[in-house]
Amino acid sequence: MLIDVHAHFYHQRTPRADWRERNESRLTAGRKIGITVHVASILGSFGLTSPTYFPSPRDVTAGNDALLALQRAHPETIRGYVCVNPNYTAQARAEIVRCLDAGMIGIKLAASRRADDPLLDPIAVLALERRVPVLQHIWQHRRHDWPGQEASDAVELCTLARRHPDVAFILAHIGGGGDWLHSLRAVRDVSNVYVDLSGSGVDGGMLEACLESVGVSRLLWGSDITMDTGWAKLRYLETLLAKDEIAAIRWKNAARIFPPGAFPSD
Amino acid sequence: MRIDCNAFLGAYPWRKVPGTSPEALTRALDRTEIDVAWITHLPSLFWRDPTEGNAWLYETARAQKRFKPVPTVHPGLAQWEQVLADAANAGAPAVRCDPLYLGLEPAGGDMRVLAAACGTARVPLMLAVRLEDGRQRHPNDRVAELPAAALRALVRSDADVRLIVTHADRALIEEVHFGSTPEEARRIWWDICWLWGPPEDHLATLLETIGVERFVFGTGQPLRLPETSVAKLDLLELSPDQRRAIESGNVKHIASA
Repeated sequence: MLIDVHAHFYHQRTPRADWRERNESRLTAGRKIGITVHVASILGSFGLTSPTYFPSPRDVTAGNDALLALQRAHPETIRGYVCVNPNYTAQARAEIVRCLDAGMIGIKLAASRRADDPLLDPIAVLALERRVPVLQHIWQHRRHDWPGQEASDAVELCTLARRHPDVAFILAHIGGGGDWLHSLRAVRDVSNVYVDLSGSGVDGGMLEACLESVGVSRLLWGSDITMDTGWAKLRYLETLLAKDEIAAIRWKNAARIFPPGAFPSD
Repeated sequence: MRIDCNAFLGAYPWRKVPGTSPEALTRALDRTEIDVAWITHLPSLFWRDPTEGNAWLYETARAQKRFKPVPTVHPGLAQWEQVLADAANAGAPAVRCDPLYLGLEPAGGDMRVLAAACGTARVPLMLAVRLEDGRQRHPNDRVAELPAAALRALVRSDADVRLIVTHADRALIEEVHFGSTPEEARRIWWDICWLWGPPEDHLATLLETIGVERFVFGTGQPLRLPETSVAKLDLLELSPDQRRAIESGNVKHIASA
């Protein structure tokens, strides 16, 4: 079994005219790679009517609805994170309840608010109540603000994780750009932060550093928007690790932090 | 047969990278079923005289038949013509010059003279757009990325020069390719290491719009996992002929022309 903990799909209310092709390409590549389940999110309208990382409540709902439709269309292979904007606390909490009740299995936070902000606490409390993980978008070692996102880095995520030690937080795309070594130093001793291996980065030494920092038990396999790099990292890890260690990264760690029954043979 | 035209040996100054020795590279080639690697001495790319790494490079390539040396040329230093002649005499499949790492204007006078000399010597000139993702580089690693305009200028500067460009992304390739005449574009080859596979499908798109014949197999190892370039090809729907062209045919054609 192979669980992709960091996938995205598009829908018609995004700037992507090729949204159907991209969705189909992900599913086709997933079959070649052997992905059992794509755990995906849709970040609102991806910029069409509100910014990707600051989605409006209306776009959040539309994106989540589109993902629920995809989940219904592909019940064996697609699961959803409910994407919310923590600046709209009441709407975010209501949206989480609505989408988890409809079958989603996690919460996705883009970069609408820094990860250590108190506004994320009500979301973390709900994550604990519902026993779902929180996937937090991270710019590894953000040194300053960038246009378009209030990016958080690992230090800020760890601050939140320490406030909510019983919630599983997923540090997004360690290979997604930025100083991954800085993140790996930060998360080492925060046992409820898991590292998602996705991202276009395939730096020599990065996977060794991941293993050294958090060990096999806190690594999750994912692809994000470059499935070739995800597959390459998996192939390389298969040359480094024992079979049971690979199984942990492929799916067993994910099965541990997502709700029971989230995956087929779980 | 699979030929990696974009591999390095030796330490990287900006971070710890495993697998930089000749023995480790050989193991990586075995692991990824790569038959031959075109190699450049990585540390000397950052030296004042990058050609000081070439002797070691030639010696290492002589000791391992799977390695082909791609020595570095610095057209701003005296005797650079001899470095190019040595490369041609040694049967190097290409020479490398990364002008921005050397403090040279990327399409300035020195580079144009080098391009012309490479054209005359029938030795392809290899250039990297970047070595690492700009978002993660060391704070003191501030060398700019090679701009598309420089590549267009270089290929226009001499009718015989042939360029092999590594670590290029889709946008840059499209800008250079469609900003060149068909004749100019036929003298540029692109390695696939930085091109995204599905679901964005940048590589598949370029193979369709620009043509299989313009792409060569490269990895950027050991700075990057060589498995990535293999995975990209495994995710495409290529005929055996197309795959062979990318993995070895196109690069053999460059070397033999």
